[in-house]
Amino acid sequence: MPAVHDRGGLPCDEPIDRAEHEWADWEHVTNALVGVLRRHGLINVDELRRGIEAMAPAEYESASYYERWSASIETLLVEKGILSQAEIDAAAAMLDARWG
Amino acid sequence: MADEHPPLEHVERGLRATRILAIRRLLTDKGVITVAEVDDIIERARERTPADGAKVVARAWVDDAYKARLLTNARSAVAELGYRLSHDAELAVVENTADVHHLVVCTLCSCYPTSLLGPPPDWYKSFAYRQRAVVEPRAVLREFGLALAGRVRVAVVDSTADVRYLVLPRRPSGTENMAEDALAELVTRDSMIGVAAARLPR
Repeated sequence: MPAVHDRGGLPCDEPIDRAEHEWADWEHVTNALVGVLRRHGLINVDELRRGIEAMAPAEYESASYYERWSASIETLLVEKGILSQAEIDAAAAMLDARWG
Repeated sequence: MADEHPPLEHVERGLRATRILAIRRLLTDKGVITVAEVDDIIERARERTPADGAKVVARAWVDDAYKARLLTNARSAVAELGYRLSHDAELAVVENTADVHHLVVCTLCSCYPTSLLGPPPDWYKSFAYRQRAVVEPRAVLREFGLALAGRVRVAVVDSTADVRYLVLPRRPSGTENMAEDALAELVTRDSMIGVAAARLPR
């Protein structure tokens, strides 16, 4: 069984959807955070990839592209002790409450 | 600040949108990174288009010596035109000819020469493209509207974090007298991924 990210050759009879979506603000932020964190030497592309590939298969398959990036950024920052899981959870809960 | 207001996508993409904005807030509050740095990269990402890649292709079309350098050492050849690759991965340029047509995919994720082409299209990152391109490239190409003659060999190149690919499409016939700038207008993003031919001149 190949790992979930190893998609080449998996059976698929769907046509390729060529519709483009405009990046949402949070997708721009996600993309940019990777760039900034790389610039500071805090994460690299291989680590980002590893964080994505380590996602649970069901989560990987249901997530959108930048949802996968976002999940990996969170994993890496916690792993490296740059942010704690508890403070990310708290800050996210605060934003959720504010935006209701 | 932008995150004082809920983005419209908040409703649909609640979890991850909220979490990444929370992460941005924490990183900037702690001084790990600055808001200006994030905004700077967002701005640059918005500005990147396939135009730089098109200029590289047009130069290769008009200058055989340049083309030879591009095919053997792409990084230094694009640097001649002032383009710096923002990633560490190597860039390989593969040439389409009357005999072989190249198609680029990244089966593992989304590796792509963003420095020259801007962000990849959504379909490039889709499971359908990643899964199908390596097993039925001709069917995929037909879906994109490109019907290749049976004698043309199709070579699928699979990008990795270490090597990213750019296709040098064939120069359309009837363009012998066109200037380099006008030629660059014929070079589309899709032609540099290999799912299309370059545009024909009007």
